[in-house]
Amino acid sequence: MPDLTVNGTTHSVDADPTMPLLWVLRDLLGLRGTKFGCGIGACGACTVHLDGEAVRACVTTVQDAVGKQVLTIEGLGMHGEHPVQRAWKAANVPQCGYCQPGQIMQAAALLKQTPKPTDQQIVDAMSGNICRCGTYQRIKAAIRAASTEAA
Amino acid sequence: MGNIQNLSRRNVLKGMAASRLLLGANVAAWLPVSQAAAAPASFAPNLFVAVAPSGQVTIVVSRSEMGTGIRTSLAMVLADELDADWRSIKVEQAQGDAKYGDQNTDGSKSVRLLLNTMREAGATARLMLVNAAAQRWRVAPSACRTEAGAVVLGAAGKRLSYGELAEAAAKLPVPPAGSVRLKERAAWRYIGKPLPIIDLDDIVHGSAVYGIDVVLPGMKQASIERPPSYGGRVKSFDATDAMKVPGVERVVEIPASPMPSGFLPLGGVAVIASNTWAAIQGRQKLHIVWEPGPNADYDTTSYRAALEATARQPGKVARNNGDVDHAMQAASKRISADYFVPHLAHAMMEPECSTAEFADGACTVWTATQNPQQARTTVAQFLGIEQSAVTVNITLLGGGFGRKSKPDYVAEAAFLARAVGAPVKVTWTREDDIAHDYFHAIAAQHLEAGLDANGKPTAWLHRTVFPSIGSTFTANTVYGAAGELSQGVVDMPFDIPNVRCENGPAEAHVRIGWYRSVYNIPHAFAVGSFVDELAASAGKDPVQYLLSLLGAPRKLDPHLLGSEYANYGASLDEYPIDIARMRNVVLLAAARSGWGSKLPARHGRGIAVHRSFLTYVAAVAQVAVAEDGTVSVPRIDLAVDCGMVVNPDRVAAQFEGAAIMSLGNALYSSVTFKAGRTEQSNFGDYQVARIDATPETHVYVVRSDAPPAGVGEPGVPPVSAAICNAIFQAVGHRVRALPVDQAELKAA
Repeated sequence: MPDLTVNGTTHSVDADPTMPLLWVLRDLLGLRGTKFGCGIGACGACTVHLDGEAVRACVTTVQDAVGKQVLTIEGLGMHGEHPVQRAWKAANVPQCGYCQPGQIMQAAALLKQTPKPTDQQIVDAMSGNICRCGTYQRIKAAIRAASTEAA
Repeated sequence: MGNIQNLSRRNVLKGMAASRLLLGANVAAWLPVSQAAAAPASFAPNLFVAVAPSGQVTIVVSRSEMGTGIRTSLAMVLADELDADWRSIKVEQAQGDAKYGDQNTDGSKSVRLLLNTMREAGATARLMLVNAAAQRWRVAPSACRTEAGAVVLGAAGKRLSYGELAEAAAKLPVPPAGSVRLKERAAWRYIGKPLPIIDLDDIVHGSAVYGIDVVLPGMKQASIERPPSYGGRVKSFDATDAMKVPGVERVVEIPASPMPSGFLPLGGVAVIASNTWAAIQGRQKLHIVWEPGPNADYDTTSYRAALEATARQPGKVARNNGDVDHAMQAASKRISADYFVPHLAHAMMEPECSTAEFADGACTVWTATQNPQQARTTVAQFLGIEQSAVTVNITLLGGGFGRKSKPDYVAEAAFLARAVGAPVKVTWTREDDIAHDYFHAIAAQHLEAGLDANGKPTAWLHRTVFPSIGSTFTANTVYGAAGELSQGVVDMPFDIPNVRCENGPAEAHVRIGWYRSVYNIPHAFAVGSFVDELAASAGKDPVQYLLSLLGAPRKLDPHLLGSEYANYGASLDEYPIDIARMRNVVLLAAARSGWGSKLPARHGRGIAVHRSFLTYVAAVAQVAVAEDGTVSVPRIDLAVDCGMVVNPDRVAAQFEGAAIMSLGNALYSSVTFKAGRTEQSNFGDYQVARIDATPETHVYVVRSDAPPAGVGEPGVPPVSAAICNAIFQAVGHRVRALPVDQAELKAA
């Protein structure tokens, strides 16, 4: 199996090529900030970036990630805290916090593509990410704040 | 006994050291304070606080963190009385141990139960530090004061940090409980301030450790196939194909527990593998023949019809004031309505997860549990070992909502760790979580009122029929427990002279469990909706009608409620049902929501009020019903009186989240059964509220000196009724069953 590049580091991974990226990250590479929520791409808890695009790691096979840049929550703030993380803290978004790495990765991908999203664009981009604590109102506020800060 | 204790302690240390290596600093949070206290020269006057010579203050939180912010709030309370510098605080999560008292993080009661304990723990430590400083300076303690982590001698300008005093304070006698003076409210340093949660940084960087994130050296991963319907068991199985999956190492049968299974595992077949994916893959290759068990025919369509038929018959009387039958006959108008609420699944984002290690006859678990002492008991029971041989370490919980009070999954991991002879992590899939939940009870209710000529009720009849949570623990339980009927039935607050509340029998066919706000969900929906129906029938404004029904400001006479009224375990003297507070939240919610101002066509506002977990909440929902029937909720206003508040930002957050959960319950969520199995399996078909359904939510918290009441749950109950009442205002259609059938709301 060819090497996998995660957060700028290349790893040699001994995995079945059809193993979802999620379990490679969590079980084989020890990067457990990416969470398991549903296994079918329906909740967004496992959201990571693949060449800058938000994908669900639970339905992305490791072979599909080979040759691409994988970015996880652990890598997002590698070079200083990401504006989305700062905004999340300022708005006190998390309750239990479990879904938040996925929410943050989704929001970061949105702002990369659409630095000034409208409210509708925020809702459209984020509606694949479930938060059972119901922090959505603060997620919206934090994304608006991060988009202003980035400008 | 002593030996076993020592053994388990050694295991903890071994596990700790190893896992810290793998996980980084987060695991240090599991070090029990006794170890922090054992560090040289540190000062630990009680179970909840230790001050190290470095000045670091360790506060032990004995309640589980599932998103309410309790780790922060309880630490704030202790730090306040200690006059500690917040930056010096480190929170440690207590292990499951009866010495901490009640640790079952359930029932919205952590602050209520622990406020005074934490205040006294902090104040005691502060007093001892002051005494130590006074001795050092040879002055009277009363000459000293404290400020943010130091004792100060004002006149002399002298100052000693808590760290500098720790060793001396540790040698002083601990003053007797109750002898320590607590701060006046005006002197509070942290209580009442919106401090960020202490885990915030870890959460946004992905380094927070949940149950699913625990790793031990040599750990195996397990995935378990459980009986398809409740009470089923394995007849036989063939693991040949499962064992061929690369990474699969073992297949182990877990015995089914006697029915009703309570907190014990359901049994099944576990696939043990080197990674989670292999375990899940292997499990899909199992060939299992099941003994179907007694509930393989469970069908919620026919069950609902049976509940509704029962609700049409007289039931067991739970509250009886005056003469309802006579008053009904004498009434100038009679109105009745029937309401239905389905099963719900908790579906917290982190599914059930637990890691266990078994060595030398003792078991250590690391898990996300709301109920660590029950986890300890259940593991001991399932393994047939002494409770003292079980150590329960608690991680952060990725949500709980009541599901993680039931430690069946913890016992599964413990059983497998012993069977395999290596540490094992059990991870439930989302499909497991939905199929094998402790479901929120399905419920049918019948309400009936006799009205006088002004439309005011003179008689009130409320019948509720639901499978009781008691059925999960005691065979042949068919009636609701007093505590269940105390959640929105017998505590009906309205000023009506003739009242009868009844409960009809219902047999359970699945595990029934408590889900955030529990039986308040069906009861607040039915009562809150029915009151609105009465207002409409009287041609009155719903807010005005609600106020007239509540009647004069007064404390409800507890004798009206019958002798079994539970009041959430609190005394009615300290926590009466106060109609003045209820009226106040109604007025506040109405005023802030713009009640009465004009809305566009097919928009409406609805109100409901409910007291639960000793907290008063009024909700106003504003809805818009599209031509195709689609309901959206642009705005929710919640007025809350929960007594004194420790962290106002976390209180607001809990109510914002409760509004979302209740909105999801009202509009989307439902679990149905066919042939004993859930028809929903994952977030594709078990619908919950997403960001696109999120209203602009406003939370107004009444400033209060009353003792602290519940925060986690009481926001849920009134919102669903408020939404349905708003739908009635918008389109004239009365919703009597959840989730709302939006197709029925199509424009004609």
